[in-house]
Amino acid sequence: MRRLALFVIGLAVIGLGVFWTLSAPERLPADALAGIEGDAEKGARVFYAAGCASCHAAPEAEGDEKLILAGGMRFPSPFGTFIAPNISPDETHGIGDWTAQELADAMIHGTSPEGAHYYPAFPYGSYGRLATHPEGLKEIAHLHAFLQTLPPSSAPNAAHEVGFPFNIRRGLGLWKLVFANEGWVSSVPGDDAQLERGRTLVEALGHCGECHTPRNAVGAPLNGQWLAGAANPSGEGRIPGIDEMNWSARDIAYYLETGFTPDFDSAGGHMAAVIENTSQLPEEDRAAIAAYLKAVSQP
Amino acid sequence: MKSLGILSAGLVFAAALGTVASGDDHVDPAVMKAVKARQAQMQLYAFNLGQLGAMAKGEVDYDAGAASAAAGNLAKLTSLNGRAVWLPGSDDATLGEDVTAALPAIWEEGSEIGDKAKALSMAAAEMESAAGDGLDALRGAIGDVGKSCGGCHEDYRRSDD
Repeated sequence: MRRLALFVIGLAVIGLGVFWTLSAPERLPADALAGIEGDAEKGARVFYAAGCASCHAAPEAEGDEKLILAGGMRFPSPFGTFIAPNISPDETHGIGDWTAQELADAMIHGTSPEGAHYYPAFPYGSYGRLATHPEGLKEIAHLHAFLQTLPPSSAPNAAHEVGFPFNIRRGLGLWKLVFANEGWVSSVPGDDAQLERGRTLVEALGHCGECHTPRNAVGAPLNGQWLAGAANPSGEGRIPGIDEMNWSARDIAYYLETGFTPDFDSAGGHMAAVIENTSQLPEEDRAAIAAYLKAVSQP
Repeated sequence: MKSLGILSAGLVFAAALGTVASGDDHVDPAVMKAVKARQAQMQLYAFNLGQLGAMAKGEVDYDAGAASAAAGNLAKLTSLNGRAVWLPGSDDATLGEDVTAALPAIWEEGSEIGDKAKALSMAAAEMESAAGDGLDALRGAIGDVGKSCGGCHEDYRRSDD
Protein backbone atom coordinates (compact mmCIF):
# COMPACT_ATOMS: atom_id res chain seq x y z
CA MET A 1 0.00 0.00 0.00
CA ARG A 2 2.77 2.36 0.97
CA ARG A 3 4.66 1.47 -2.20
CA LEU A 4 1.59 2.23 -4.30
CA ALA A 5 1.22 5.62 -2.63
CA LEU A 6 4.87 6.41 -3.30
CA PHE A 7 4.41 5.31 -6.90
CA VAL A 8 1.40 7.61 -7.36
CA ILE A 9 3.22 10.53 -5.78
CA GLY A 10 6.22 9.82 -7.99
CA LEU A 11 4.03 9.83 -11.10
CA ALA A 12 2.42 13.10 -10.04
CA VAL A 13 5.84 14.69 -9.53
CA ILE A 14 6.98 13.51 -12.96
CA GLY A 15 3.70 14.74 -14.47
CA LEU A 16 4.12 18.14 -12.87
CA GLY A 17 7.70 18.27 -14.10
CA VAL A 18 6.61 17.49 -17.65
CA PHE A 19 3.81 20.05 -17.42
CA TRP A 20 6.20 22.64 -16.05
CA THR A 21 8.75 22.01 -18.81
CA LEU A 22 6.22 21.95 -21.66
CA SER A 23 4.36 25.00 -20.42
CA ALA A 24 7.46 27.18 -19.97
CA PRO A 25 7.16 30.64 -21.57
CA GLU A 26 9.31 31.10 -24.64
CA ARG A 27 11.52 34.06 -25.40
CA LEU A 28 13.58 35.24 -28.34
CA PRO A 29 17.34 34.66 -28.26
CA ALA A 30 19.07 37.39 -26.24
CA ASP A 31 20.73 38.89 -29.31
CA ALA A 32 17.62 38.73 -31.54
CA LEU A 33 17.39 42.51 -31.84
CA ALA A 34 21.12 43.23 -31.81
CA GLY A 35 22.01 46.01 -34.23
CA ILE A 36 18.35 46.93 -34.89
CA GLU A 37 17.53 50.59 -34.29
CA GLY A 38 13.85 51.51 -33.93
CA ASP A 39 12.57 54.44 -36.02
CA ALA A 40 9.46 56.09 -34.55
CA GLU A 41 8.34 57.49 -37.88
CA LYS A 42 8.30 54.06 -39.47
CA GLY A 43 6.70 52.77 -36.27
CA ALA A 44 3.57 54.86 -36.87
CA ARG A 45 2.80 52.74 -39.93
CA VAL A 46 3.28 49.55 -37.90
CA PHE A 47 1.06 50.97 -35.16
CA TYR A 48 -1.85 51.57 -37.54
CA ALA A 49 -1.31 48.27 -39.34
CA ALA A 50 -1.33 46.39 -36.02
CA GLY A 51 -4.40 48.24 -34.74
CA CYS A 52 -3.04 48.70 -31.19
CA ALA A 53 -5.35 51.60 -30.34
CA SER A 54 -8.54 49.73 -31.28
CA CYS A 55 -8.16 47.63 -28.14
CA HIS A 56 -5.75 49.55 -25.89
CA ALA A 57 -7.25 53.07 -26.06
CA ALA A 58 -9.62 53.98 -23.22
CA PRO A 59 -13.17 52.72 -23.91
CA GLU A 60 -14.70 56.14 -24.70
CA ALA A 61 -11.68 57.67 -26.41
CA GLU A 62 -12.32 59.74 -29.54
CA GLY A 63 -9.93 61.24 -32.08
CA ASP A 64 -6.49 62.03 -30.64
CA GLU A 65 -7.47 60.50 -27.29
CA LYS A 66 -7.05 57.17 -29.04
CA LEU A 67 -3.30 57.72 -28.86
CA ILE A 68 -3.47 57.45 -25.07
CA LEU A 69 -3.20 53.69 -24.69
CA ALA A 70 -4.60 53.61 -21.15
CA GLY A 71 -6.38 50.26 -21.53
CA GLY A 72 -9.66 49.38 -19.85
CA MET A 73 -11.67 48.13 -22.84
CA ARG A 74 -13.56 44.94 -22.00
CA PHE A 75 -13.60 41.85 -24.24
CA PRO A 76 -16.20 39.26 -23.25
CA SER A 77 -15.52 35.73 -24.49
CA PRO A 78 -16.66 32.18 -23.72
CA PHE A 79 -13.70 31.93 -21.32
CA GLY A 80 -14.36 35.09 -19.35
CA THR A 81 -13.90 38.82 -19.84
CA PHE A 82 -10.48 40.14 -20.75
CA ILE A 83 -9.62 43.73 -19.95
CA ALA A 84 -7.06 45.47 -22.14
CA PRO A 85 -4.02 46.65 -20.17
CA ASN A 86 -2.33 50.03 -20.19
CA ILE A 87 0.42 50.01 -22.85
CA SER A 88 1.13 53.73 -22.72
CA PRO A 89 4.76 54.74 -22.02
CA ASP A 90 4.02 55.29 -18.30
CA GLU A 91 6.82 53.48 -16.46
CA THR A 92 4.69 52.25 -13.57
CA HIS A 93 1.34 51.37 -15.12
CA GLY A 94 2.23 51.13 -18.78
CA ILE A 95 5.15 49.68 -20.71
CA GLY A 96 7.47 52.70 -20.58
CA ASP A 97 10.25 50.63 -19.05
CA TRP A 98 10.08 47.86 -21.65
CA THR A 99 12.89 47.27 -24.09
CA ALA A 100 12.21 46.58 -27.76
CA GLN A 101 13.21 42.99 -27.06
CA GLU A 102 10.57 42.70 -24.35
CA LEU A 103 7.93 44.06 -26.73
CA ALA A 104 9.08 41.49 -29.29
CA ASP A 105 8.80 38.66 -26.72
CA ALA A 106 5.27 39.83 -25.93
CA MET A 107 4.15 40.13 -29.55
CA ILE A 108 5.84 37.00 -30.87
CA HIS A 109 5.72 34.56 -27.97
CA GLY A 110 3.01 36.08 -25.77
CA THR A 111 5.51 36.21 -22.92
CA SER A 112 5.63 39.11 -20.45
CA PRO A 113 8.91 40.65 -19.22
CA GLU A 114 8.32 38.80 -15.93
CA GLY A 115 8.03 35.52 -17.81
CA ALA A 116 4.26 35.02 -17.58
CA HIS A 117 2.02 33.87 -20.43
CA TYR A 118 -0.38 36.37 -21.95
CA TYR A 119 -3.88 35.26 -22.85
CA PRO A 120 -4.39 34.92 -26.60
CA ALA A 121 -6.96 37.74 -26.51
CA PHE A 122 -3.71 39.59 -27.21
CA PRO A 123 -3.20 38.39 -30.80
CA TYR A 124 0.38 37.08 -30.54
CA GLY A 125 -0.77 34.07 -32.53
CA SER A 126 -0.96 36.48 -35.48
CA TYR A 127 1.85 38.89 -34.59
CA GLY A 128 4.08 35.87 -33.96
CA ARG A 129 4.27 35.27 -37.72
CA LEU A 130 6.59 38.28 -37.83
CA ALA A 131 9.30 36.05 -36.34
CA THR A 132 9.80 34.36 -39.69
CA HIS A 133 9.63 37.59 -41.71
CA PRO A 134 13.00 39.12 -42.63
CA GLU A 135 11.79 42.58 -41.58
CA GLY A 136 9.58 41.35 -38.73
CA LEU A 137 11.77 42.20 -35.75
CA LYS A 138 12.63 45.57 -37.30
CA GLU A 139 8.91 46.34 -37.54
CA ILE A 140 8.55 45.61 -33.83
CA ALA A 141 11.55 47.81 -32.98
CA HIS A 142 10.00 50.65 -35.00
CA LEU A 143 6.71 50.15 -33.19
CA HIS A 144 8.53 50.21 -29.86
CA ALA A 145 10.11 53.54 -30.78
CA PHE A 146 6.74 54.95 -31.84
CA LEU A 147 4.91 53.80 -28.69
CA GLN A 148 7.50 55.69 -26.62
CA THR A 149 6.42 58.95 -28.28
CA LEU A 150 2.78 58.62 -27.21
CA PRO A 151 1.33 60.33 -24.11
CA PRO A 152 1.64 58.34 -20.86
CA SER A 153 -1.38 57.38 -18.78
CA SER A 154 -1.30 56.47 -15.09
CA ALA A 155 -4.49 54.38 -15.32
CA PRO A 156 -3.97 51.20 -13.27
CA ASN A 157 -4.50 47.81 -14.93
CA ALA A 158 -7.58 45.79 -14.07
CA ALA A 159 -7.39 42.01 -13.59
CA HIS A 160 -9.04 39.83 -16.23
CA GLU A 161 -12.34 38.32 -15.11
CA VAL A 162 -11.53 34.74 -15.98
CA GLY A 163 -12.64 31.70 -13.96
CA PHE A 164 -11.03 28.33 -13.24
CA PRO A 165 -9.29 26.61 -15.02
CA PHE A 166 -8.53 29.44 -17.44
CA ASN A 167 -7.16 31.58 -14.63
CA ILE A 168 -4.09 29.33 -14.38
CA ARG A 169 -1.80 31.16 -16.75
CA ARG A 170 0.83 28.45 -16.78
CA GLY A 171 -1.66 26.22 -18.58
CA LEU A 172 -1.55 28.63 -21.50
CA GLY A 173 1.91 27.26 -22.22
CA LEU A 174 0.32 24.01 -23.37
CA TRP A 175 -2.25 25.92 -25.43
CA LYS A 176 0.55 27.82 -27.12
CA LEU A 177 2.52 24.62 -27.67
CA VAL A 178 -0.36 23.13 -29.60
CA PHE A 179 -1.86 26.16 -31.34
CA ALA A 180 0.45 29.16 -31.54
CA ASN A 181 3.25 29.92 -33.99
CA GLU A 182 1.83 27.87 -36.80
CA GLY A 183 3.51 30.00 -39.43
CA TRP A 184 1.90 31.61 -42.46
CA VAL A 185 -1.51 30.35 -43.50
CA SER A 186 -1.16 31.04 -47.21
CA SER A 187 1.84 30.74 -49.45
CA VAL A 188 2.54 33.61 -51.83
CA PRO A 189 4.97 33.67 -54.77
CA GLY A 190 8.35 34.81 -53.44
CA ASP A 191 8.76 37.43 -56.16
CA ASP A 192 5.39 39.12 -55.64
CA ALA A 193 6.19 41.97 -53.25
CA GLN A 194 2.59 43.21 -53.13
CA LEU A 195 1.11 39.83 -52.16
CA GLU A 196 3.89 39.32 -49.65
CA ARG A 197 3.16 42.71 -48.06
CA GLY A 198 -0.55 41.92 -48.12
CA ARG A 199 0.06 38.65 -46.33
CA THR A 200 2.13 40.37 -43.64
CA LEU A 201 -0.62 42.94 -43.15
CA VAL A 202 -3.52 40.47 -43.08
CA GLU A 203 -2.02 37.40 -41.40
CA ALA A 204 0.39 39.06 -38.96
CA LEU A 205 0.03 42.78 -38.20
CA GLY A 206 -3.65 43.32 -39.03
CA HIS A 207 -4.54 40.06 -37.23
CA CYS A 208 -7.69 39.81 -39.39
CA GLY A 209 -8.02 36.08 -38.73
CA GLU A 210 -8.55 36.69 -35.00
CA CYS A 211 -12.15 37.66 -35.76
CA HIS A 212 -12.81 36.47 -39.32
CA THR A 213 -11.57 32.88 -38.85
CA PRO A 214 -13.64 30.48 -36.71
CA ARG A 215 -12.20 28.96 -33.54
CA ASN A 216 -12.40 25.53 -31.95
CA ALA A 217 -13.79 24.74 -28.50
CA VAL A 218 -10.65 25.93 -26.75
CA GLY A 219 -10.46 29.15 -28.71
CA ALA A 220 -7.76 28.22 -31.21
CA PRO A 221 -8.24 29.44 -34.80
CA LEU A 222 -9.28 26.83 -37.38
CA ASN A 223 -6.92 27.98 -40.10
CA GLY A 224 -8.33 25.42 -42.51
CA GLN A 225 -11.31 27.78 -42.63
CA TRP A 226 -9.15 30.87 -43.03
CA LEU A 227 -11.23 34.11 -43.06
CA ALA A 228 -14.39 32.07 -43.64
CA GLY A 229 -16.40 34.05 -41.09
CA ALA A 230 -17.01 33.24 -37.44
CA ALA A 231 -19.23 33.65 -34.44
CA ASN A 232 -18.69 36.93 -32.65
CA PRO A 233 -16.65 36.10 -29.52
CA SER A 234 -18.49 38.84 -27.66
CA GLY A 235 -21.78 36.97 -27.93
CA GLU A 236 -24.53 37.41 -30.47
CA GLY A 237 -24.08 37.75 -34.16
CA ARG A 238 -21.59 36.64 -36.73
CA ILE A 239 -18.48 38.15 -38.25
CA PRO A 240 -18.68 37.79 -42.03
CA GLY A 241 -16.41 35.68 -44.22
CA ILE A 242 -14.29 37.51 -46.77
CA ASP A 243 -15.22 35.28 -49.72
CA GLU A 244 -18.94 35.62 -49.26
CA MET A 245 -18.79 39.34 -50.02
CA ASN A 246 -17.13 38.90 -53.39
CA TRP A 247 -15.94 42.49 -53.67
CA SER A 248 -13.41 43.71 -56.22
CA ALA A 249 -9.90 44.62 -55.05
CA ARG A 250 -10.78 48.28 -55.56
CA ASP A 251 -13.92 47.89 -53.44
CA ILE A 252 -11.89 46.33 -50.64
CA ALA A 253 -9.22 49.03 -50.73
CA TYR A 254 -11.85 51.77 -50.78
CA TYR A 255 -13.69 50.17 -47.85
CA LEU A 256 -10.45 50.13 -45.85
CA GLU A 257 -9.91 53.80 -46.71
CA THR A 258 -13.38 55.21 -46.04
CA GLY A 259 -15.53 52.52 -44.43
CA PHE A 260 -17.92 52.57 -47.39
CA THR A 261 -19.11 49.24 -48.76
CA PRO A 262 -19.77 48.93 -52.51
CA ASP A 263 -23.43 49.80 -51.73
CA PHE A 264 -22.32 52.82 -49.73
CA ASP A 265 -23.45 51.43 -46.47
CA SER A 266 -20.74 51.99 -43.89
CA ALA A 267 -18.71 49.83 -41.54
CA GLY A 268 -20.08 49.38 -38.04
CA GLY A 269 -19.18 47.68 -34.79
CA HIS A 270 -15.54 46.85 -34.22
CA MET A 271 -14.85 47.09 -37.97
CA ALA A 272 -15.40 50.86 -37.74
CA ALA A 273 -12.43 50.93 -35.35
CA VAL A 274 -10.42 48.85 -37.81
CA ILE A 275 -11.18 51.35 -40.59
CA GLU A 276 -9.89 54.15 -38.35
CA ASN A 277 -6.53 52.40 -38.54
CA THR A 278 -6.52 51.26 -42.14
CA SER A 279 -7.53 54.76 -43.29
CA GLN A 280 -4.19 55.95 -41.84
CA LEU A 281 -2.13 53.48 -43.87
CA PRO A 282 -0.48 54.41 -47.15
CA GLU A 283 -2.61 53.62 -50.18
CA GLU A 284 -0.17 50.91 -51.29
CA ASP A 285 -0.80 48.99 -48.06
CA ARG A 286 -4.57 48.97 -48.59
CA ALA A 287 -4.00 47.84 -52.16
CA ALA A 288 -1.72 45.06 -50.88
CA ILE A 289 -4.37 43.87 -48.41
CA ALA A 290 -6.94 43.84 -51.20
CA ALA A 291 -4.62 41.96 -53.57
CA TYR A 292 -3.86 39.34 -50.92
CA LEU A 293 -7.55 38.88 -50.03
CA LYS A 294 -8.47 38.44 -53.70
CA ALA A 295 -5.63 35.94 -54.13
CA VAL A 296 -6.62 33.77 -51.17
CA SER A 297 -10.32 33.88 -51.92
CA GLN A 298 -9.93 32.48 -55.41
CA PRO A 299 -11.07 28.86 -55.59
CA MET B 1 -72.44 53.91 -17.00
CA LYS B 2 -72.92 50.35 -18.05
CA SER B 3 -73.12 51.35 -21.70
CA LEU B 4 -69.89 53.34 -21.28
CA GLY B 5 -68.24 50.18 -19.97
CA ILE B 6 -69.45 48.18 -22.94
CA LEU B 7 -68.38 50.95 -25.27
CA SER B 8 -64.85 51.07 -23.86
CA ALA B 9 -64.57 47.28 -23.88
CA GLY B 10 -65.66 47.40 -27.51
CA LEU B 11 -63.10 50.07 -28.30
CA VAL B 12 -60.32 48.08 -26.64
CA PHE B 13 -61.35 45.02 -28.64
CA ALA B 14 -61.46 47.01 -31.88
CA ALA B 15 -58.06 48.52 -31.16
CA ALA B 16 -56.60 45.08 -30.46
CA LEU B 17 -58.13 43.75 -33.66
CA GLY B 18 -56.75 46.73 -35.57
CA THR B 19 -53.25 46.06 -34.26
CA VAL B 20 -53.40 42.41 -35.21
CA ALA B 21 -54.74 43.19 -38.64
CA SER B 22 -52.18 45.90 -39.46
CA GLY B 23 -49.62 43.53 -41.00
CA ASP B 24 -46.57 44.52 -38.93
CA ASP B 25 -47.95 42.27 -36.27
CA HIS B 26 -45.90 43.21 -33.25
CA VAL B 27 -45.00 46.79 -34.08
CA ASP B 28 -47.17 49.87 -33.53
CA PRO B 29 -47.89 51.19 -37.06
CA ALA B 30 -46.86 54.73 -36.11
CA VAL B 31 -43.50 53.46 -34.86
CA MET B 32 -43.13 51.33 -37.98
CA LYS B 33 -43.66 54.39 -40.17
CA ALA B 34 -40.92 56.22 -38.31
CA VAL B 35 -38.53 53.27 -38.70
CA LYS B 36 -39.26 53.02 -42.42
CA ALA B 37 -38.80 56.77 -42.88
CA ARG B 38 -35.38 56.79 -41.26
CA GLN B 39 -34.33 53.73 -43.24
CA ALA B 40 -35.38 55.52 -46.41
CA GLN B 41 -33.35 58.52 -45.32
CA MET B 42 -30.30 56.26 -44.92
CA GLN B 43 -30.93 54.88 -48.41
CA LEU B 44 -30.89 58.40 -49.78
CA TYR B 45 -27.57 58.99 -48.01
CA ALA B 46 -26.21 55.85 -49.66
CA PHE B 47 -27.57 56.78 -53.09
CA ASN B 48 -25.97 60.22 -53.06
CA LEU B 49 -22.75 58.90 -51.55
CA GLY B 50 -22.73 56.31 -54.31
CA GLN B 51 -22.68 59.07 -56.95
CA LEU B 52 -19.74 60.73 -55.23
CA GLY B 53 -17.95 57.50 -54.35
CA ALA B 54 -18.00 56.27 -57.93
CA MET B 55 -16.02 59.39 -58.86
CA ALA B 56 -13.71 59.11 -55.84
CA LYS B 57 -13.02 55.47 -56.69
CA GLY B 58 -12.36 56.30 -60.33
CA GLU B 59 -15.28 54.26 -61.64
CA VAL B 60 -16.82 57.26 -63.42
CA ASP B 61 -15.21 60.50 -64.55
CA TYR B 62 -15.27 63.39 -62.15
CA ASP B 63 -18.04 65.88 -62.94
CA ALA B 64 -18.05 69.03 -60.80
CA GLY B 65 -21.77 69.71 -61.39
CA ALA B 66 -22.91 66.20 -60.51
CA ALA B 67 -20.60 66.08 -57.51
CA SER B 68 -21.91 69.38 -56.16
CA ALA B 69 -25.49 68.27 -56.66
CA ALA B 70 -25.05 64.98 -54.82
CA ALA B 71 -23.02 66.57 -52.02
CA GLY B 72 -25.68 69.29 -51.70
CA ASN B 73 -28.37 66.64 -51.37
CA LEU B 74 -26.40 64.85 -48.68
CA ALA B 75 -25.85 68.08 -46.77
CA LYS B 76 -29.59 68.70 -46.75
CA LEU B 77 -30.49 65.12 -45.88
CA THR B 78 -28.07 65.03 -42.96
CA SER B 79 -29.47 68.23 -41.51
CA LEU B 80 -33.08 67.04 -41.33
CA ASN B 81 -34.53 67.17 -37.85
CA GLY B 82 -34.58 63.56 -36.69
CA ARG B 83 -36.87 63.95 -33.72
CA ALA B 84 -39.91 62.24 -35.18
CA VAL B 85 -38.14 59.33 -36.86
CA TRP B 86 -35.90 58.40 -33.92
CA LEU B 87 -38.72 57.69 -31.49
CA PRO B 88 -37.74 56.43 -28.04
CA GLY B 89 -38.52 52.71 -27.87
CA SER B 90 -37.85 52.12 -31.58
CA ASP B 91 -34.71 50.06 -30.94
CA ASP B 92 -33.90 46.50 -31.97
CA ALA B 93 -34.44 45.08 -28.48
CA THR B 94 -37.99 46.43 -28.39
CA LEU B 95 -39.05 45.97 -32.02
CA GLY B 96 -36.99 42.93 -32.97
CA GLU B 97 -33.82 42.48 -35.00
CA ASP B 98 -35.75 41.95 -38.21
CA VAL B 99 -37.29 45.41 -37.93
CA THR B 100 -34.36 47.64 -37.03
CA ALA B 101 -30.64 47.54 -36.24
CA ALA B 102 -30.84 50.66 -34.05
CA LEU B 103 -29.36 49.83 -30.65
CA PRO B 104 -31.01 50.94 -27.38
CA ALA B 105 -27.76 52.83 -26.60
CA ILE B 106 -29.01 55.60 -28.89
CA TRP B 107 -31.58 56.62 -26.31
CA GLU B 108 -29.70 55.69 -23.16
CA GLU B 109 -28.25 58.06 -20.58
CA GLY B 110 -24.92 59.41 -21.78
CA SER B 111 -25.68 58.74 -25.46
CA GLU B 112 -23.57 60.86 -27.77
CA ILE B 113 -25.91 60.43 -30.68
CA GLY B 114 -26.62 64.18 -30.95
CA ASP B 115 -22.92 65.04 -31.26
CA LYS B 116 -22.42 62.26 -33.77
CA ALA B 117 -25.30 63.48 -35.92
CA LYS B 118 -23.89 67.01 -35.77
CA ALA B 119 -20.47 65.70 -36.85
CA LEU B 120 -22.08 64.04 -39.85
CA SER B 121 -23.96 67.13 -40.99
CA MET B 122 -20.81 69.23 -40.56
CA ALA B 123 -18.75 66.80 -42.61
CA ALA B 124 -21.48 66.76 -45.26
CA ALA B 125 -21.58 70.57 -45.34
CA GLU B 126 -17.82 70.65 -45.85
CA MET B 127 -18.11 68.14 -48.65
CA GLU B 128 -20.78 70.30 -50.26
CA SER B 129 -18.34 73.18 -50.48
CA ALA B 130 -15.44 70.96 -51.58
CA ALA B 131 -17.17 68.68 -54.07
CA GLY B 132 -16.98 71.16 -56.97
CA ASP B 133 -13.28 71.91 -56.42
CA GLY B 134 -11.84 68.88 -58.16
CA LEU B 135 -11.39 65.21 -57.53
CA ASP B 136 -8.76 65.49 -54.81
CA ALA B 137 -10.91 67.89 -52.77
CA LEU B 138 -13.84 65.48 -53.11
CA ARG B 139 -11.71 62.49 -52.10
CA GLY B 140 -10.55 64.24 -48.95
CA ALA B 141 -14.02 65.37 -47.96
CA ILE B 142 -15.72 62.02 -48.54
CA GLY B 143 -13.16 60.40 -46.25
CA ASP B 144 -14.30 62.63 -43.39
CA VAL B 145 -17.94 61.84 -44.14
CA GLY B 146 -17.09 58.13 -44.03
CA LYS B 147 -15.44 58.61 -40.66
CA SER B 148 -18.55 60.23 -39.23
CA CYS B 149 -20.75 57.41 -40.59
CA GLY B 150 -18.50 54.91 -38.83
CA GLY B 151 -18.54 57.06 -35.69
CA CYS B 152 -22.23 56.38 -35.28
CA HIS B 153 -22.40 52.84 -36.62
CA GLU B 154 -19.60 51.69 -34.32
CA ASP B 155 -21.64 52.23 -31.17
CA TYR B 156 -25.25 52.62 -32.19
CA ARG B 157 -26.02 50.11 -34.93
CA ARG B 158 -26.08 46.35 -34.48
CA SER B 159 -23.16 45.27 -36.62
CA ASP B 160 -24.07 41.70 -37.47
CA ASP B 161 -26.59 40.94 -40.18
